[in-house]
Amino acid sequence: MSDIEQIPVTMTVNGKKVQRFVEPRTLLIHFLREDLNLTGPHIGCETSHCGACTVEMNGMSVKSCTLFAVQANAAELTTIEGMANADGTLSALQEGFRQMHGLQCGFCTPGMITRAHTLLQENPNPTEDEIRMGISGNLCRCTGYQNIVKAIQYAAAKLNGTDFQEAAE
Amino acid sequence: MNDMTPTREQREAALEGMGCKRKRVEDIRFTQGKGNYVDDLKLPGMLFGDFVRSPYAHAKVTKIDATEALKLPGVIAVLTAEDLKGVNLAWMPTLAGDVQMVLADGKVLYQNQEVAFVVAENRYIADDAIQLVEVEYEELPVLVDPFKSMDADAPVLRPDLEGKTEGAHGPRKHHNHIFTWEVGDKDETSRAFAEADVTIKEMISYHRTHPSPLETCQCVASMDKVNGELTVWGTFQAPHVIRTVASLLSTIPEHKIHVIAPDIGGGFGNKVGAYPGYICSIVASIVTGVPIKWVEDRMENLSTTSFARDYHMTAEIAAKNDGTVTGLKVHVLADHGGFDACADPSKWPAGFFNIVTGSYDFPTAHLEVDGVYTNKAPGGVAYRCSFRVTEAAYCIERAMDILAQKLGMDPADLRIKNFVKPEQFPYQSALGWEYDSGDYHTAMHKAMDTIGYRELRAEQKAKQEAFRRGETREIMGIGVSFFTEIVGAGPSKNCDILGVAMFDSAEIRVHPTGSVISRMGTKSQGQGHETTWAQIIATEIGIPAADIMVEEGNTDTAPYGLGTYGSRSTPVAGAAIALAARKIRNKAQMIAAHMLEVSEYDLDWDIDGFQVKGNPQARKSMKEIAWAAYHAPPPGMEPGLEAVSYYDPPNMTYPFGAYFCVMDIDVDTGVAKTRRFYALDDCGTRINPMIIEGQVHGGLTEAFAIAMGQEIRYDEIGNVMGASFMDFFIPTAVETPHWETDHTVTPSPHHPIGAKGVGESPNVGGVPAFSNAVNDAFQFLGSTHIQMPHDAWRLWQAAKNLGAHG
Repeated sequence: MSDIEQIPVTMTVNGKKVQRFVEPRTLLIHFLREDLNLTGPHIGCETSHCGACTVEMNGMSVKSCTLFAVQANAAELTTIEGMANADGTLSALQEGFRQMHGLQCGFCTPGMITRAHTLLQENPNPTEDEIRMGISGNLCRCTGYQNIVKAIQYAAAKLNGTDFQEAAE
Repeated sequence: MNDMTPTREQREAALEGMGCKRKRVEDIRFTQGKGNYVDDLKLPGMLFGDFVRSPYAHAKVTKIDATEALKLPGVIAVLTAEDLKGVNLAWMPTLAGDVQMVLADGKVLYQNQEVAFVVAENRYIADDAIQLVEVEYEELPVLVDPFKSMDADAPVLRPDLEGKTEGAHGPRKHHNHIFTWEVGDKDETSRAFAEADVTIKEMISYHRTHPSPLETCQCVASMDKVNGELTVWGTFQAPHVIRTVASLLSTIPEHKIHVIAPDIGGGFGNKVGAYPGYICSIVASIVTGVPIKWVEDRMENLSTTSFARDYHMTAEIAAKNDGTVTGLKVHVLADHGGFDACADPSKWPAGFFNIVTGSYDFPTAHLEVDGVYTNKAPGGVAYRCSFRVTEAAYCIERAMDILAQKLGMDPADLRIKNFVKPEQFPYQSALGWEYDSGDYHTAMHKAMDTIGYRELRAEQKAKQEAFRRGETREIMGIGVSFFTEIVGAGPSKNCDILGVAMFDSAEIRVHPTGSVISRMGTKSQGQGHETTWAQIIATEIGIPAADIMVEEGNTDTAPYGLGTYGSRSTPVAGAAIALAARKIRNKAQMIAAHMLEVSEYDLDWDIDGFQVKGNPQARKSMKEIAWAAYHAPPPGMEPGLEAVSYYDPPNMTYPFGAYFCVMDIDVDTGVAKTRRFYALDDCGTRINPMIIEGQVHGGLTEAFAIAMGQEIRYDEIGNVMGASFMDFFIPTAVETPHWETDHTVTPSPHHPIGAKGVGESPNVGGVPAFSNAVNDAFQFLGSTHIQMPHDAWRLWQAAKNLGAHG
């Protein structure tokens, strides 16, 4: 075992309080995936470019591959595992991604949905340009984004109680 | 019949069969973060492996000292080539008939080459240990430019091949030469050029790039020494091939190797081959007796595992004054890096590049490809394309534009004039292929009408005049691309991988209650097989897709197949699925006849069951038949209802499409804006239009990236530039254009359901559409050809060189 000093951290993850000892250099993404077994957030680049590791921390989107776990001490975190409705059904965003075919390999999806969740908190009724800018920190190699945009529009409409009109092709 | 009886339409809709925009079953787990990717796997006692890599592109390795690394608490082992020699694994065979070092054996041939494999308790300690392994290098002269590979004084890259005048694909003519591949009629083509009214010649480069799926390559290897069994979970597009290779290399019997490809986060060709990480993890697990996980980081992925393209293509066309093409001559200089690790069917050193005559009726053609070594990473994978088809499509589509320019003809009209005509199918191409079906004229005219092609040309002309008058600094380009792909490798008569014929397979089991489990030799990496394969079965045997589970990727349970790449899943496994389903339906017909006490010839198939001819009330649904198959089969018939099919395709399939790109370029900034992109695809029968459109969107986005900036570049001493997402262009939602999709349907005549495959078409057709738009924009300023990638800096330079900056 490594002889590096372990630091205690406490945080609330998906509504549950967790306490662990971590090395100061442990990245938040590794803490979530390996210590807490929350394998929804993924690692795609380790340099903050791809956004596959996006989680919500204190109401903001963060890339957990470039934060240390100790920086999340005392924070409130939400990961993709905390996105479904309380009754276990798919949230409007999760449903939107399925209905609009907003995913293919699924690897970017947890980060993308988590980012979109925060985006819709910041701006409940975004335009297409605002959605595109709002998710520009999250890369997708499969979909070309067009259907991701529609998925987020679908969710925004559902959350706002309006009808979703799929944009004419 | 009472009112509750579902109508035929309702019964048909309930199946969610072929042609339906069925929502994906995969999405339930993926949208909840419940996918099962390799790095999610945790096994008791599992250790982590990581590589010490070379900072130099060409150097002798004179010493590796792991003493300090091994002193670090938590470090278990450090493997070098010397250790691998003990198990005869210091080198491994490549799919292209070459050999490749697993770990540096005396020298390194490219930057970031694997030198030693550190095994530690966790990733952090492994990373610490890498810094403590001391390696001494003696630098050698670096060869980066493939055009200098065969110079007399070029450095010898591969001393292991010294004296070998014969390679896997014929004679070698220089110490850095790999193969020469020649196809077509040289004399006849020379005659066509001698007699031509007009000829063009251009060196068209398709730069080095990388598939870069969002999930990198990774594996977990676990050797059970007690039972002598090896299990490897990995990001494998072709799990069965990996198992066979692992067995051949390790001498562990194939039935004692379990290869499992769980969910894969994109592949695009990157995850076809076998990499040093897999071999080292397996060896480390054999040595330590515990599971070993290896996960590539992004920099390792971009700089070591499988680049794509890097073809330098000199194209010449002979033509008559009226635009009729009479001959095609192409020479390719193929940069393969330090080892020839091209992932092509074994007999095809340049893949199916001989599809380079494209959609046009060339009476004669000649092609020669020279493969050479350089100090770059090995690979040459089919990045979202059938083997080297993207390169071929780019070559011919650029060359046709250049010919149109020379003739003063419209590039769309020139294409139409030379299209293979509908009545010519099946069409024998001058370079040896038999195109199965096509209706190029209908597709092209539909595309031109939809986009308003003639009006766009008029607008372009007006803009050019305005530019000349100094009223605008923006130029407009219209990119035309009409591609023909060759996919579905492939027929056993000409396609194999390491001797295994490239068939594919399906097994379908109908359970007594009428639910189904089916398994295939393919492996989805985002294509949505769990959804679409069930749709084929649903239509064929009349059981709702929702009651059909599709499983791939586990070599213990799935029938042997060659995997998913080269758009081969639908053409090959899709056919196997339909044929296995038809075997089930045939047996079901006999059971139904027995149940209804009629001859099987008196029955008609009707959506989800059999009915007596002329008496539709007398019918048995597939659910009823399935129960009978297990409960009361006809006397003498084996109980059960299942089937297996191994499908050896009689031919490839030839999807095609017409793509148009409208682009505006600011000559003062070099910034190009895609105003419109229209993609018409003909992939034959369409299984799930939603998934097809999604694949087209994704492939076009990759094409946009490649054409407009994505590149793996090397500096003069072999440092790889662009090995992170900071430098390697992956478009975000902001840059990515809006995609318009369309289709025609020309079924494949030899495929059981007429489907051709589509996943790669948008990459194949998209790159020439973008590049032709850029080139078309600059043409009126006197430009003939501008090399890709067309990033803003290069376009600004092009504008400057053409005098557009005054």
